[in-house]
Amino acid sequence: MPRVKIPRKSTSIDMTAMCDVAFLLLTFFILTAKPKVEDPVPVDTPGSASQVLLPESDIATLTIGGKGKVFFGVEGFEVRKQLLQRMGDKYKIAFTPKEIERFAVMPSIGVPISLAKQYINLDGDQRKEYKAPGIPTDSVSNELFNWIKEARIVNRNISGKELRITIKGDSKEEYPTIQRIIAILQKQEVNKFSLITSLRGK
Amino acid sequence: MAELDTSGGGKKKGGKVRSKKQSTRVDLTAMVDLAFLLVTFFMLTTTLSKAKAMDLAMPDKNEEQPQDQEPIAASRTVTVLLGKDNKLEWFVGVPTEPKSAPTVDNYGKDGIRKVLIEKGAEIKRTTGKDMFVIIKPSDKSIYKNMIDMIDELNITNNKLYAIVDITPVEIDLLKREKIY
Repeated sequence: MPRVKIPRKSTSIDMTAMCDVAFLLLTFFILTAKPKVEDPVPVDTPGSASQVLLPESDIATLTIGGKGKVFFGVEGFEVRKQLLQRMGDKYKIAFTPKEIERFAVMPSIGVPISLAKQYINLDGDQRKEYKAPGIPTDSVSNELFNWIKEARIVNRNISGKELRITIKGDSKEEYPTIQRIIAILQKQEVNKFSLITSLRGK
Repeated sequence: MAELDTSGGGKKKGGKVRSKKQSTRVDLTAMVDLAFLLVTFFMLTTTLSKAKAMDLAMPDKNEEQPQDQEPIAASRTVTVLLGKDNKLEWFVGVPTEPKSAPTVDNYGKDGIRKVLIEKGAEIKRTTGKDMFVIIKPSDKSIYKNMIDMIDELNITNNKLYAIVDITPVEIDLLKREKIY
């Protein structure tokens, strides 16, 4: 009786298709991922059970931290360019096209307008070292008020939508600071805004 | 790598010398491993860094026509004063003659949330209308207290609330309880 020969099969699997899928997904995630914007001051956002996600565009963020310092940032390169131009006109500061280009890629600003030119011209590393004093919130110079107001006008001109103001405050920030900023918003009839929180269970 | 030699090692027949044909297949297992590792990394980082937002609507200041503001019956307002050291004080009605004695409480599940649920039900039963909560953060409270308070209201599903500036009478109440 002849012995039955079991044909030996290869144990290797064709990985090509799997590799294709894996890289397709990888490309998708890399392209959709948004680089994490670093906060100008360490901010520990308070937790809440709210599940509402932030919109991606048409938002401006007021970062509050480090003992009452306020930083202002707005989404969109074009919005930022026009915003700086308008602020320059208002405070009689002429920004060069190069400075406007540099401002367009900055996520936020936290210096008085008189120091803005100097701040924009800092290098990336120098800017990290720089201790920004925050935008003045007093009613004499009204700088934060004007930043928000101009940003709203520019955003409405460009996208036709109302700019949404969000507040990203540090948990330990004292209430009078928050109260002052809400008062600035209410002065220009922004009665609705969002507070950024991190997720927490009930 | 994980492949067995199945060529069977057949006898070599003499004759012509043939150049050995090289396989064009490359082992992709390691590459797939790497790709999936990166996919996992990007998936986790993109979904986790998404910030959550809490919408807040402040009452319109309406400085030109203050008479447009509608008064709310004191019997269905609960005022919450936020003091220092994560403490709060609440009472029903107006501060000069509160309908219930001002009580010091904590934030969280066993503190103000219980009060909100109980008082909400009680006010609904006696007046037939929903409870109205007035949040008055004092200068000694911190941002987190305000967020916690709004969060409790959202959890207990109270849509009627407002954040209002504190008055000297209410500061005295906080001072009496030593939380200012």
